[in-house]
Amino acid sequence: MAKMTMVQALNLALQQEMEKDDRVIILGEDVGVDGGVFRVTDGLISQFGDRRVLDTPLAESGIVGMSIGMAAYGLRPVCEIQFSGFSYQNFHQIENHAARLRWRSRGRFSVPMVLRTPYGGGVRALEHHSESREAYWAHTPGLKMVIPSGPRNARALLVSAIRDPDPVIFYEPKALYRAFREEVPETEETLPIGEPQRVKEGRDLTLISYGAMMRPTLEAAGHLQDRDGVAADVIDLLTLSPLCEELLVQSVKKTGRAVVVHEAPRSFGPGAEIVSRLMENAFFYLEAPIERVTGYDIVIPLFKREKAYLPDTERILSAARKVLAV
Amino acid sequence: MPRKKITLSETIDTLSILDEKGHLDKDLEPSIADDVLLQLHRTMLLARKFDERLLNLQRQGRIGTFAPIKGQEAAQLGTIAHLRSNDWMVPAFRETAAELWRGRSLESIILYFNGFNEGVAIPDDHNDFPISVPVGSQMIHAVGLGWAAKYRQTEDIAMTFFGDGATSQGDFHEALNFAAVFQAPVVFVCQNNQWAISIPVSQQTRSQTLAQKALAYGMPGIQVDGNDILAVYAAAQEAVQRARNGEGPTLIECVTYRLMMHTTADDPKRYRTDEEVERWNRRDPLPRFEKYLAGKGLLSEDKRSQVESEVLEDIQAAIDRAEKQMESMGDPIDMFDHTFAEMPASLKAQKEELKQVLSATAKEGKDG
Repeated sequence: MAKMTMVQALNLALQQEMEKDDRVIILGEDVGVDGGVFRVTDGLISQFGDRRVLDTPLAESGIVGMSIGMAAYGLRPVCEIQFSGFSYQNFHQIENHAARLRWRSRGRFSVPMVLRTPYGGGVRALEHHSESREAYWAHTPGLKMVIPSGPRNARALLVSAIRDPDPVIFYEPKALYRAFREEVPETEETLPIGEPQRVKEGRDLTLISYGAMMRPTLEAAGHLQDRDGVAADVIDLLTLSPLCEELLVQSVKKTGRAVVVHEAPRSFGPGAEIVSRLMENAFFYLEAPIERVTGYDIVIPLFKREKAYLPDTERILSAARKVLAV
Repeated sequence: MPRKKITLSETIDTLSILDEKGHLDKDLEPSIADDVLLQLHRTMLLARKFDERLLNLQRQGRIGTFAPIKGQEAAQLGTIAHLRSNDWMVPAFRETAAELWRGRSLESIILYFNGFNEGVAIPDDHNDFPISVPVGSQMIHAVGLGWAAKYRQTEDIAMTFFGDGATSQGDFHEALNFAAVFQAPVVFVCQNNQWAISIPVSQQTRSQTLAQKALAYGMPGIQVDGNDILAVYAAAQEAVQRARNGEGPTLIECVTYRLMMHTTADDPKRYRTDEEVERWNRRDPLPRFEKYLAGKGLLSEDKRSQVESEVLEDIQAAIDRAEKQMESMGDPIDMFDHTFAEMPASLKAQKEELKQVLSATAKEGKDG
């Protein structure tokens, strides 16, 4: 096994799937010769040629719309939208067509495409380069919304997303692109879409998060263990939609306490849905109100202030302690 | 470093072969087999009569809102007639004549306009997209389909339909630009029917023609008299051949007219005059085509009446079948179908929830 960054792991997933399946086509802005602005598609054009890796004109709606046509034909397009902040220009193609062509045509056509896009803050970027708007996609019926949290699960989930028969929005936490390395097996590895994972076992408190926020969440869990003697059960959602609450409910039934962490704005954010599911399924097991640690309901500030916007270990710790104090 | 005129290497043509008085330009007349001509005529008449009947049904409350096509039959049939069964049709929402040519059933259209999703089901052996409502958003799908057909080294092409209003959308630009850059085998058929609901084409664009927009993308464009089926047929033949030969996309502007309302929810008297409609009625594609066929000895008065009574019978039979079929359709529980290939647990739970609601309602109805 090689130690890889998330960028390398994603590249491995694409490269291996392209080798296996000539239906897999990459398209997007600067994904060919340049290898993508984050280099996720680096080297693919030289291996597979410009018939498999398409440098497109600069138009998000065109990229997604073209992917829809390719997918309906029977190909497996994987398009890259350079930053999720530009994906609103293709929103209508996803909402009006990708997510419902199967429904509209009564199953005659499906759209097995993947839209890969980096999301989230923490990389000192320009405006429109740091947003976390997964709720838009998770709210759309007919879409799957996947967010990995490390190199190994990013690789495995991307392979699953490419093979999935339905459109998948694949949010890549850009803050983690090169933040750390993990062992990633050379041999094929997949992870089921729609299954959260328990990444740390504990019986005192449930911490629920996904994507880039898994790092501060796990760090907070470590501090709770070391400083407070509290064992947190930590759950990584991995898939936001369709959301499977089984593991969350099981965990809260055991701990009676929960904190949900995401960097997306709080109101109508993923946390609201998660808390509702817990209320519906584990209300009588709760010992304390569930806390949310989230981004605020504002545009994420430019980078001088973004640290204060993004949930961090301290905020998660204080929410956890508040929940534990009840 | 003088300032000079850039001479564009391409220009656009405007084409008319059979004018509104029925005069034929013999030199330009396309060669179309007699049986194809008669099939085109039958479909044109069927589409016209069906449109009239749908309006009638809508006014009686027997179907919901629909978009009449009257006046645009030649633009649709002259183009679609060139597609092979493996080719792809990507329509907007006013292409009933083209859809009938491709084999969509009359019943399915009645079901659809009655609010049944089943009406838009596409049979497995048809490469035709379902109608697309958001204006202009579908053209780019034809580019993806065409690109994929080329990637697979087939001769298949894609043809997409849209109106004059759609040319104002950003997606029109993206679709034409992508198609040209990737030299995708796509035929873009613009039905310039002069009105986007209440907005005349002069308020959509300052361009002299819509066809000229093709030149900006580096693809051929042609304007045709869209009510002249021979001109439409000839222009589409060139465009389809070009696409099949790997020479890329073409934009065809069919100058036509929406003789009826935008949809049955619209009142065109608010924005256009009866005189204008009357002027365009005189350019109706149907009598013009019939005069041509009569001149060729292909369509006598008797023959025409026979075709008309046959299509009316077909329409009546389809309405009867559809109305009968609808009596046993519409179980609301089916609304969950086709959201995903495999229904996720959360959706199964919601479906179960509706099942409970429905059975409680049914029980209540029974009890009292």
